[in-house]
Amino acid sequence: MEQFEKIYLYQRIVRAKLFIDDHYADPIDLNNIAGQAHFSKYHFIRLFKSIYGKTPNHYLIKIRMDNAKILLAKGYSVVETSLMVGFDSPTSFTAMFKKMAGQTPSTFQREQVIKRKAIQENPLLFVPNCFAETHGWSK
Amino acid sequence: MISRITHTCIYVLNQDSAYDFYVNKLGFKVHTDAPMGEGARWLTVTPPEQPELEITLFLIAEGAMFDKETVQTMTALIKKGTFGAAVFTCHDIMATYEELKAKGVIFKKQPTKEFYGFEALFLDDSGNWFSLAQMEA
Repeated sequence: MEQFEKIYLYQRIVRAKLFIDDHYADPIDLNNIAGQAHFSKYHFIRLFKSIYGKTPNHYLIKIRMDNAKILLAKGYSVVETSLMVGFDSPTSFTAMFKKMAGQTPSTFQREQVIKRKAIQENPLLFVPNCFAETHGWSK
Repeated sequence: MISRITHTCIYVLNQDSAYDFYVNKLGFKVHTDAPMGEGARWLTVTPPEQPELEITLFLIAEGAMFDKETVQTMTALIKKGTFGAAVFTCHDIMATYEELKAKGVIFKKQPTKEFYGFEALFLDDSGNWFSLAQMEA
């Protein structure tokens, strides 16, 4: 019986984590997230952190930043990206991005554009030669 | 003296499907996705906490590397679940197991106590199997 209770508890926390993964672009907060797991806020934060090593809020920020990097790399502007990952202000997005990534979104995007261009123009620079040769890929 | 691994291969049957599995289900990051001409693609991903290890999602396809017979043999063996490709570790196996199950990942073995910690076995979209482990401290 204890085993089933433990599994049920894990399923509730995982449900909340997946809710963040699916809704990071929406204006969600701790109340929405804890509600998914049917826990009180305090109990939920404690359990979530014990499993994922971060509070739900820190995890939400991380997911937003991870997705922001993908969008910036695809060429979305900083303003578009900030809105697409749930920020209502590009300024607060830029400040958070710089805090988490150690560089501004614009600098990150410039680096990604350079990398993408290099991949398109000379993909063999990114493939170890042994693999390129076995595929018959050559300059 | 060998010091570390930078690249390793997982042979897959479809790179689009493998991309979806490793990125959207397992949560790996795309390291390089480069078109190599004539439909070929160099696709590598990295585990979330191991950005320096590139896992190449290597397509089994007829060409310079594999002849038709080899493709047929490899495809049949992978689909059959012959190959165990890696051991992945996680911080909390029950949470990871429940999450991957919720995303539709197929498990051959539920989390089970072993002498080194806990282990489960799951399949990727091609049929390769992996150990998912939570090591004891």
